[in-house]
Amino acid sequence: MTSEVTLTIDGQEITVPTGTTILQAAEQLDKDIPTICYHEHTSSFGLCRLCVVEVEGARVLLASCVAQVGNDMVVNTRNERVERSRRTILEMLDSAVDLSEAPEIQEQLSDYAANASRFGEVKKRAMPVIDDNPMFIRDYSQCVLCWRCVQVCADDAQFTFAINFSGRGFETSIDTFFNQSLTDSTCVFCGQCVGVCPTGALKPKREHLLEQGHTPDEIMQLTRTKRRKKKRRQERPYQTG
Amino acid sequence: MTPDLSKATVDLSLLDETLESFARQGQTALLPALHAAQDIYGYLPKPVAAAISNRLHVPLADVYGVIDFYAMFYKEPVGRQIVLVCGDPACSIKGSAYVLEKLCETLDIEEGEMTPDGDWTVERVPCLGLCEHAPAVLVNDVALSRVDPQDHDSIMGMKAPQARSIVDGDIRILTKNCGAAEPTRIDAYLSGGGYEALTKALKEMTPVEVVEEIKASGLVGRGGAAFPTGVKWEGAANAAGDEKYVICNADESEPGTFKDRVLLEDDPHSTLEGMIISGYAIGAGKGYLYIRGEYQRATVILAEAISEAEKAGYLGENLMDSGFSFEIELRRGAGAYICGEETALFESIEGKRGFPRIKPPFPTTHGLFGKPTVINNVETICNVPVVLNTTAIGYRSLGTENSPGPKLFCLSGDVARPGLYEVPFGVTLRHVLDDLAGGVTGGELQGMLFGGAAGAFATAEHLDTKMTFEDLREVGLPLGSGVVMVFNEKRDIRRVLEELAMFFADESCGKCYPCQIGTQRQHEVLTRIVAGNVRAGDSEILTDIGWTMTDASLCGLGQTAATAVLSAMETWPDLFSENGAGD
Repeated sequence: MTSEVTLTIDGQEITVPTGTTILQAAEQLDKDIPTICYHEHTSSFGLCRLCVVEVEGARVLLASCVAQVGNDMVVNTRNERVERSRRTILEMLDSAVDLSEAPEIQEQLSDYAANASRFGEVKKRAMPVIDDNPMFIRDYSQCVLCWRCVQVCADDAQFTFAINFSGRGFETSIDTFFNQSLTDSTCVFCGQCVGVCPTGALKPKREHLLEQGHTPDEIMQLTRTKRRKKKRRQERPYQTG
Repeated sequence: MTPDLSKATVDLSLLDETLESFARQGQTALLPALHAAQDIYGYLPKPVAAAISNRLHVPLADVYGVIDFYAMFYKEPVGRQIVLVCGDPACSIKGSAYVLEKLCETLDIEEGEMTPDGDWTVERVPCLGLCEHAPAVLVNDVALSRVDPQDHDSIMGMKAPQARSIVDGDIRILTKNCGAAEPTRIDAYLSGGGYEALTKALKEMTPVEVVEEIKASGLVGRGGAAFPTGVKWEGAANAAGDEKYVICNADESEPGTFKDRVLLEDDPHSTLEGMIISGYAIGAGKGYLYIRGEYQRATVILAEAISEAEKAGYLGENLMDSGFSFEIELRRGAGAYICGEETALFESIEGKRGFPRIKPPFPTTHGLFGKPTVINNVETICNVPVVLNTTAIGYRSLGTENSPGPKLFCLSGDVARPGLYEVPFGVTLRHVLDDLAGGVTGGELQGMLFGGAAGAFATAEHLDTKMTFEDLREVGLPLGSGVVMVFNEKRDIRRVLEELAMFFADESCGKCYPCQIGTQRQHEVLTRIVAGNVRAGDSEILTDIGWTMTDASLCGLGQTAATAVLSAMETWPDLFSENGAGD
């Protein structure tokens, strides 16, 4: 077994260590493979499928973020077949989710000339903003289900397990236990989920309030009560004990 | 005893004993624990879910994620009596929508609702696996055959005939013990030569010889993928590690498919014997039999059969003094077609949402609990004792060179005698349709959904095609799970497609984008078309969605969720034009 693999990507030969993903190898050749769910510091599950590439001999397209290189592999990172899948995925996502605060995806939409309006009037994943804690808001109508928040909350980082999923299929959503408030959950408000969210679905409360047109003074007022309440609740055991 | 849930509090003490036995197992016991709790409380109230989380050491949010993934777990109270009306195309063309409507009207509720007195809940379900009994209804787990929509008393009073297998064919090898309306008990199984294959394997053959025999037989998987069974076994047998598993995939849920239900209900020991032989061959000490939640009758029959086999010494320690020990655990699914996908099934046994895993790595090296695993469909497993009894050479005398052995076909829809038919590979489609199932009813043949919901359409021009892997491949038809769902000329194929699309939208797990959104959009477009609102770009949209799901989805469900639609567009090019076919 050699520890290196030689393959061809868009006609260019490259040698990389065994175990390298096609995406990593392609990056070394400055190939621009679009991704949504992929994040260098979270587990890759091959969810968005935007990074699919054509590998000659393979029955279906392969998600390059998880598919590993193989010897003599011939990879096409962008051809008509690949473009159709990427464009359709982007169109479908745009038709389901509010992507207005996802600049990277906006660029991809224009790069692939995605036209979501061709589906006509279709069901969107629209839902009200959840504002249940002083730290951040959750606007799941902007959620692309990249799973990053669930992963960092679980065994990718924090081991808090406050969030998981509800529903399935199109109706899948990130959720807490029986939809409970985050303040009632095991959430420790580490903020890592907000940090990895690629859209405006998870957003610091102050940023959200600023966008709503509140002045910094008003925001102090608006969040102060909650901060105090939380502080009092935490102090209570010591006072009574 | 149903506890009084009108009180605000839930008596958690009722759960203590149940959880005691599951607590040691941890997360893998999550689905069994949820089933047991739901049997006690009728549904899964929040405090019950929290107690289960606590005892099994599974995070609260994860428990909720599992409850909400599986259609048969209820977060809200449901009726003491639950009526499930099948909505697959075979039942639909026989009037299942009308059955549902009449039941809801009689009870004065909407679909999915509970009557105010808490007595009844009526739900439409994607497919009950009772396609030969269309329109079929499940009342409190009892399967009723060909119900009369007008006669709701016979449905709700469970007085309609109960669904029993309808079996026939040119040969009766796999179905030797099927069709008697009652399960074959161990005595009858033994007197018909049962467990002789296992005895032969344990006493006369090494595990390697068993694998070689299966390889030599040419047996391939009957679940749809047609992977060579012996090669799969060899991979797991050679994989490193002492802990290995055998799984019987009895999560049969694909519209049009009911062969495994018949095998399990009528001849449970055949499946058990095949599993034990498989365990011996690969060196596994434990097997899981994962059966879909709706197959409650089969589940009860299998539980009894497992206990019979244990008592008779075919399951347990040191079988026949061979030094080989094997146990089988029966696992119930909970309403999720995706769990028939092998890696999603592993996740389900592990106590998680049924999300398929990325392959590679493959199950033979990284399967259940990350251990080498062989997972086979029920029909495949039932072929195993046949191979050992007749030897590989004898087995190959049936069928063709490239498609040896017997094959089961599930005939449903517009045929005179819907049912399960066993034939040797190589007979024509015409023979199965006309000679065995009695031909098309209600008009001329329009088309046949071939291979399953994930299959393709066959027409009259395919009638003389031989039913073998090689001949079918040549004409572009997938054998799939052996489905032949027949539609006469009066049926609207677009409606059939809309129902298939609804099935995939209902059953998509939501993990990867193409299937998560594609199944939804595909269904929406087809719903609009069926309503008469056809637009110019519809064919192009369906083609783009279809190929994107086929090319880019993560697992087999998404990759085949558009197969029938794409095939129909090829068969009837005018199907989605504004004055299209189907009227």
